Amino acid sequence: MTDHDELDGILAAHAGREGALLPILHDVQAAFGHVSESAIRHIAHALNLTRAEVHGVVSFYHDFREEPEDRPVLKLCRAESCQARGVEALVAALPDNPRVAVETVYCLGLCSVGPAAMVGHEVHGRLDAARLGALVESLA
Amino acid sequence: MTVVRISDDAAALACGANAVVAAFVAAGCTVERVSSWGMHWLEPLAEIDGQGFGPLTPGDVAAVLAGASDKAIGKIAEHPFITRQQRFTFARAGKTRPLSLDDYAATGGWAGLKRARELGPEATIAEVTTSGLRGRGGAGFPAGIKWTTVARAAGPVKYIVCNADEGDSATFADRMVMEGDPFMLIEGMAIAGHAVGAGKGYIYVRSEYPHAIAKLNAAIALAVPHIAPFEVEVRVGAGAYVCGEETSLLNSLEGKRGEVRAKPPLPALEGLFGKPTVVNNVLTLAAVPWILAHGGQAYADVGFGRSRGTMPIQLAGNVKHGGLFEVGFGITLGELVNEIGGGTASGRPVRAVQVGGPLGAYHPPADFHLPFDYEAFAAADGLIGHAGLTVFDETADMSAQARFAMSFCAAESCGKCTPCRIGSTRGVELIDRIRARTGRAADKVEALPQMHNARKGPRTLGDEIELLEDLCETMKFGSLCALGGFTPYPVLSALKHWPEDFGMPSPTQEAAE
Repeated sequence: MTDHDELDGILAAHAGREGALLPILHDVQAAFGHVSESAIRHIAHALNLTRAEVHGVVSFYHDFREEPEDRPVLKLCRAESCQARGVEALVAALPDNPRVAVETVYCLGLCSVGPAAMVGHEVHGRLDAARLGALVESLA
Repeated sequence: MTVVRISDDAAALACGANAVVAAFVAAGCTVERVSSWGMHWLEPLAEIDGQGFGPLTPGDVAAVLAGASDKAIGKIAEHPFITRQQRFTFARAGKTRPLSLDDYAATGGWAGLKRARELGPEATIAEVTTSGLRGRGGAGFPAGIKWTTVARAAGPVKYIVCNADEGDSATFADRMVMEGDPFMLIEGMAIAGHAVGAGKGYIYVRSEYPHAIAKLNAAIALAVPHIAPFEVEVRVGAGAYVCGEETSLLNSLEGKRGEVRAKPPLPALEGLFGKPTVVNNVLTLAAVPWILAHGGQAYADVGFGRSRGTMPIQLAGNVKHGGLFEVGFGITLGELVNEIGGGTASGRPVRAVQVGGPLGAYHPPADFHLPFDYEAFAAADGLIGHAGLTVFDETADMSAQARFAMSFCAAESCGKCTPCRIGSTRGVELIDRIRARTGRAADKVEALPQMHNARKGPRTLGDEIELLEDLCETMKFGSLCALGGFTPYPVLSALKHWPEDFGMPSPTQEAAE
């Protein structure tokens, strides 16, 4: 199955749905890891939107990537509650590991057990420098 | 065989609940996954015959089963953190399995929807109006009035939209409802649909909550026979904080950029796809089944001033006993932080408490007498928002927190209005200069002879602070929505209460001189 067939399959699954663009983009990102320029072109054509409209939506939301990220992604919460629990000191002490992408997220809803991080759907709380370092190492 | 009850709430999972579960299973126990009691400092918390043990690691399991654990906390239901609460919305917390229809029905589930159907739409709205329930998302708008507006709006197609884009730091009550008691939220939406004549409901959940999304989808599939013909669908956000603003959320649901819409028209009249729409927060809709089942007056009998009923308050940040505390309005900030929260986790004195998320004011301990009430906090230049409390100890740098508020606004601004889009970036630059204590000379453009109104002389620190206050004024009154409009709250409150962090004399120093 080519990428195009898979994309058509996603579009067909959402046909007739109200306000389907976000669910489509989530599925495309899940399937391909990012929303490419050619996917934007294809989605725009299928939904009778302009490329600019679809690009505008893709670029608006933090979740959608236009370039693939091949490394494992660790989302580290750096919002106020995790700041109050010392996340900035963890960030400063975090060894640079080129094989893991550490991204900032604002709030995972784990504000009473922070500092918190999420890898995929797996959540981690009560992080200290050692535990965060081990977590990063385990992904690399 | 020993039955052990352990939560599968994300906060418990983040603290290693699954490993503890595996250890109990390996020891031959039956484990039931229930919702969380909300005592997060004790997670993973295991319950055996009503007795609690926590926070557990897999290594503690043998001692717990042998009856020799030093992590025993006694009967959970009699723990002071639980007995001091008035749990309406969280009545089932810790007690039921989130996806068990039997547990839900056995604990009063569907009674509110049944009564609403017996009463009919008008009397259902009257109960909600009587209850005095106000929007729990932050604005505090009376739910009964919003529902009445939608019910009276013309048109065959109407929507119920549940705002589950809980992006504020220090808030997790929505998440706990969705993960711990999803049927209650679905029932609340079905009651709203029945009351205003809407056939379809959407729950807009942020993508950072994968566990809530999975639970809701499973619960909706199970609940279909109970709520039909009303339909509920989950829609997943994509990491934009501003989509918690109701008009931005509606645009996002329609598949557009999450840009804020100007009001009017009100979403109640022209909301999702231009149709009359009820947009309510998770906690608002989740309070409705209780109100219908027990009557609006019973709910209104609890509370303070014009804030009726209970509020699920979330204790977070540097606090010893973090978690969920549902209580009638009127409890003071000091009771919450010191008595219930037990002070800071670090053991140092409390310096500041931010109430209401990233757009809420920072309060010093001098404000601890404030009762938890929409009007009382507004009068103290603050807001209760979604009732999240972030506690900071004395190591907090308040000018750094003010800078963060501006940089957060810059990162999350939808870009539609200028005070928010540009003001937040200028605010970051300004606070950086204030923090550097440099002041600045007139720049090249300001120095040009044709810039008649520009200041030619250097700016002192005092001038810069005046400029920051001026910028905050512009953002507060010139922004389209609460993101730009409320970012000044944390900034100005930090400046007002901790001027020494901005290089200004502190109020105590001034008094001494």
